[in-house]
Amino acid sequence: MTEQKNKTNFEINQVINQPYKYGFKTNIEKEIFPIGLNENIIKLIVNKKKEPKFLLNFRLKAYKKWLQTKFPTWANLQINSLDFDKISYYSIPKKKKKLNSLEEVDPEILRTFEKLGISLDEQKKLSNVAVDAVFDSVSIGTTYKEKLAKSGVIFCSISEAIQDYPKLIEKFLGTVVSTGDNFFASLNSAVFTDGSFCYIPQNVICPLELSTYFRINDKDSGQFERTLIVAEKNSSVNYLEGCTAPQYSENQLHAAIVELVAFENANIKYSTVQNWYSGDNKGIGGIYNFVTKRGLCIGKNANISWTQVETGSSITWKYPSCVLVGELSSGEFYSIALTNNYQQADTGTKMIHLGEKTTSKIISKGISCGNSKNSYRGLVKIAANAKSSRNFSQCDSFLLGSSSLACTYPYIDIWNSNSIVEHEATISKISEEQLFYLTQRGITIDQAVGLLINGFCKDVVTMLPMEFATEADKLLSLKLEGSIG
Amino acid sequence: MNKILLELNKLEASIEKKQIINGLDLKIGENEIHVIMGPNGSGKSTLSKILAGHPAYTINSGSVLFENKDLLCLAPEERSHEGLFLAFQYPIEIAGVTNYDFLRIAYNEKRKYLGQPELDPLQFMEITQIMLNKLKMRNEFLHRNLNEGFSGGEKKRNEILQMLLLEPKLVILDEIDSGLDIDAIRIICEGINNNMIKNSSLIIITHYPRILQYLKPTHVHIMMAGKIVKTGNIELVEQLEAYGYENIE
Repeated sequence: MTEQKNKTNFEINQVINQPYKYGFKTNIEKEIFPIGLNENIIKLIVNKKKEPKFLLNFRLKAYKKWLQTKFPTWANLQINSLDFDKISYYSIPKKKKKLNSLEEVDPEILRTFEKLGISLDEQKKLSNVAVDAVFDSVSIGTTYKEKLAKSGVIFCSISEAIQDYPKLIEKFLGTVVSTGDNFFASLNSAVFTDGSFCYIPQNVICPLELSTYFRINDKDSGQFERTLIVAEKNSSVNYLEGCTAPQYSENQLHAAIVELVAFENANIKYSTVQNWYSGDNKGIGGIYNFVTKRGLCIGKNANISWTQVETGSSITWKYPSCVLVGELSSGEFYSIALTNNYQQADTGTKMIHLGEKTTSKIISKGISCGNSKNSYRGLVKIAANAKSSRNFSQCDSFLLGSSSLACTYPYIDIWNSNSIVEHEATISKISEEQLFYLTQRGITIDQAVGLLINGFCKDVVTMLPMEFATEADKLLSLKLEGSIG
Repeated sequence: MNKILLELNKLEASIEKKQIINGLDLKIGENEIHVIMGPNGSGKSTLSKILAGHPAYTINSGSVLFENKDLLCLAPEERSHEGLFLAFQYPIEIAGVTNYDFLRIAYNEKRKYLGQPELDPLQFMEITQIMLNKLKMRNEFLHRNLNEGFSGGEKKRNEILQMLLLEPKLVILDEIDSGLDIDAIRIICEGINNNMIKNSSLIIITHYPRILQYLKPTHVHIMMAGKIVKTGNIELVEQLEAYGYENIE
C-alpha cells in the first residue's frame, strides 16, 4: 500500500518537474586515460594528438601556473569540493584510424546527435548552419566544410587546426585568455582536448552561421574544450553554441575557454544556449560549468557581441567579456540566466575599455525559481586612455517563489572624467494581480508565468538568431513548468 | 422570469480573516442587465473578484451556481472558458507581452476548451480587425505591450476588445465608466450593446447613473456592508440620486 502511494507521488512529481530531455547516455567503445593530472598525462595527450612542440610548452606552462593557483572562492556559490585527481582528462570514442568523412563516424554517436536534434548529415540539413559536433573530448564532425572553404573561411575542430594551421594557432592561442588567467583557464590550457576553430579572412562575410554543439557523455571525464575565433579586418561571423549532457548523480566538470579576436571593422556575434544537465530537484548531480569567455576588439571599430541563455548546469561560473582596445570598438553582452531547484549561477560580464571612444552595453536578465541562487556580477572598467567612452548596463532580476535568491554585484572602475557610465537595476516578483488578470482571460497559470517571463526576457531573446530564439523560448517555458503552484 | 444564469446563495467571503461579503443573495437571468450600486467599501469590487476566482479571497459559506454548475470549484481560467468575463476597474500592465500575442493566446485557449480548432495568426488578425473598427481603435494598439503606457480610456477600450473576442455569457463591468469622457463611454457602451451574444447578461458596478443612459438596466441593486439590501428598477437610481445611500431603507 505504502509502496503504491510512493509510486503515485513519484509519478506526480515527474509530471510537475519535467525531466531533463537530454539525460540519456550513449554506450560506445571509448578510450579513456587514467584519472588524475600530472605532466605525464599532459605529455600523453600531446603524443596522442601528435601536437607540435609549442603546444607542449604551452600546456606545461599552464599546468605549472595551475598548480600555483587556488580554486577561486569569491563567487557567490557553494561548491562541493572537486577532486581533480578523480577526473579523467581524456576520453575519446574508440576508432582506429582518422575519420575522413562523416560516414565513418560511429553510427551510435550520429544517432546521439540526431536525438539531440542536431543532424550532421549535410544532405538532410535544411537550415543554413554549419555544425561542429564535439562528443566528450573529441570533435565528431564538421558540416559544410567545403562550402565554407570556397569563401576562405576555416571552420574545423581545434585538433585539426593544430595539425593543419599550426601557425595560426600558435599566433592566436592564449592571446586573449592567457595560460595564467585564472584557475580554470590554466587547467583548460593544460589539458584541453578539442573544440572549434574558426578563421574569417579579411573582407569576408561568413556565408553561413557557424555552430558548435557540445555533448558530455562520459561519467568520469571532464570536458575541456577550447574555441578560438579570429575575424580579420572587415569580416563578420555569427557563431552559435549549444550544450547538453546525460543525467548522472555525480557532478561533472566542464571548464571551457572561448577566445575571440576581432580586427578593424570586424564583427563577431557569439550566441550560446546552455542546457547542461542541472541536477535533479534535490540538487544531486549536474554539471559544474566554469567557463572563461573573452573577446578582444583589437582593431578600430571592431564589435563583439555575446548573447547567452543559461538554463542548465548545477553551477554556472561564467563572465563572457570584451576587451576594447581599438578606437571606437564596441562590446555587447545580452544574457538570460534562469535557475531552478538547487541551481546556482554566478554570471555576468566584464567590459574593459582601453581605447578611445569605446562603447559597451550590458543587458542581463536573471530569473530565480525554487531554491536557486542567481547572481549577476559585472565589471565596467574605463581606463585613463579610454577617453569619451560609454557604457550602459541594465540588470533585471525576477524572483519566482519565496525561497530563491537574486543578487547583483556591479563593479564600476573609471579612470577618466569624460566618459559616461549608466547602470540601471530592477528586481521584481510575479504579482498575484498579473496572474489573476491573465487567468481571468482563460490563460493557465503555467502559460501565464511563461508569458510574463518571456516578456521579461524579450530584450535579450530578440538578440538571438532565429533558430536559437525559438529554442530559447521553448527551453524557458519547459524549465518553468510547475514552478508556481 | 428568464432562465437563471447565475445564482448566489447566502454567500460569505473574507480576505485575510476579514469578512467582506456577508450573506449575499443574487439571481441573474439570461438577457438581463443588472446594476449594483453602493457606497465605497460595500464590497462591490470584491464580489466581482470572487466571482472571477481571485485566489486571495476565502469563501466561508454559501454557493454560487453558474448555469447550474458550481462556479466556486472552478479555476479562474475555467470560469473564463465557461463564459464569465470581468472587465477590470484597473486593467493590469504587462511588460514585454504584446497585446496581440496576449489576445491570440486567450482566444485560442477558449477555442481549445470548446474543442474548436485554433486560429492561425492571419485568421485571428482578420477577426481582431473587425472588433477594432467597432471600438474605433487604431491598429497600433495590437502591437503595444499589454496595457503598458495606455491612457485610462485606452485601457478600458482594450477591456471591451477582449470581451468582444471572448464572447462571454456573463460580463461584469467593474466601474468601466470611471475616468472616461462622454464620447468614450458612448463608444464602449455601443460596443457592448451591439455585440453581446444571444441570451447573455451584464452586471454593471458603477457610481454614476450616466452609463445607464446607454446600458438600460433591468434590475438595480443596492449593496451595503457586503450584501444586497434593496432591489428594484431604474426608479431606484433616481431615488438614490435624490436622497443618497443614507436614506435607503
